[in-house]
Amino acid sequence: MLELLRQPWPWYVAGPLIGLTVPLLLWIGNKSFGISSTLRDLCAACVPAGIPFFQYDWKDRTWNLVYVAGIMLGALLSVTVLGNPEPVAIAPDTVADLQALGLTDFSGLGPSEIFSWDVLLSWRGLIFTVVGGFLVGFGTRYAGGCTSGHSIFGLSTLQWPSLVATICFMAGGFITTHLLLPLIF
Amino acid sequence: MSTLRNHLPYLLAGILFGILLTKAEVISWWRIQEMYRLQSFHMYGVIGSAVVTGAISVWLMKRFNVSTRSGEPIAIQPKSFDKGIVIGGLLFGIGWGITGACPGPLYAQIGAGMTVVVVTLLSAIAGTWTYGRLREKLPH
Repeated sequence: MLELLRQPWPWYVAGPLIGLTVPLLLWIGNKSFGISSTLRDLCAACVPAGIPFFQYDWKDRTWNLVYVAGIMLGALLSVTVLGNPEPVAIAPDTVADLQALGLTDFSGLGPSEIFSWDVLLSWRGLIFTVVGGFLVGFGTRYAGGCTSGHSIFGLSTLQWPSLVATICFMAGGFITTHLLLPLIF
Repeated sequence: MSTLRNHLPYLLAGILFGILLTKAEVISWWRIQEMYRLQSFHMYGVIGSAVVTGAISVWLMKRFNVSTRSGEPIAIQPKSFDKGIVIGGLLFGIGWGITGACPGPLYAQIGAGMTVVVVTLLSAIAGTWTYGRLREKLPH
């Protein structure tokens, strides 16, 4: 059984279980699933700086900070107790495309040539971690949600603004992959 | 102790979600690249089946008047539309393509040992803070 759980989980097992997060959080305490709002809560808790957008009682939302702490713990369990020694089986076409961009190391969860402390202070490292992270935090709050709040919770509850948001998320990612990555590399 | 009792279910649900994200490899930059290059069905399968399952379960909860654990009626927060959905959505998408991680996977990548992602997360918090600071001046 443990051997089976250590394998990567196929989409038709993991996807439906991820979808059940929506009713689970509603049942536990009438909570709307959404991760990016924790970034706002952390601002409100740590650096509110008198900004009206951060003047609210973030302590009412500690459940979500506890939830993301759980995400970190779950990920830790996944790479230890449930760890899979095999590298991610990346589609051969993707490997070929990324080799053409200059990547050579295909081990790990992502390219060590981009995401590591060693290259953090290079221009490439700064773009991929600092600029990328900034866009994720700025964009999700501007859009009022991320993949969890809009694409999973919003679509599951049949809210059309979330469909527009999801289409824009995807369009942005296609722009990065096909127009920006060849420029950055 | 009441705090612990109130928060424990969220901790457990978070652990479960972290395991799902990691074991389905959706926190991998490689999988996001496959998705945006249309070279694998995996991510589309995960997100698509999650939405279908979520929608069916929410419909069932409404149909059978399921209430919360403490007996409250289910309340779903409405998502309103403004220009930010489009502008912010595109900016987030561009960032998602770069980092290979939306906010949930950012937390999961740190837990999975990609310690440099702490910098990405701090930068995401800075991005959210900057949005809050500029909010009144931005088109909505």
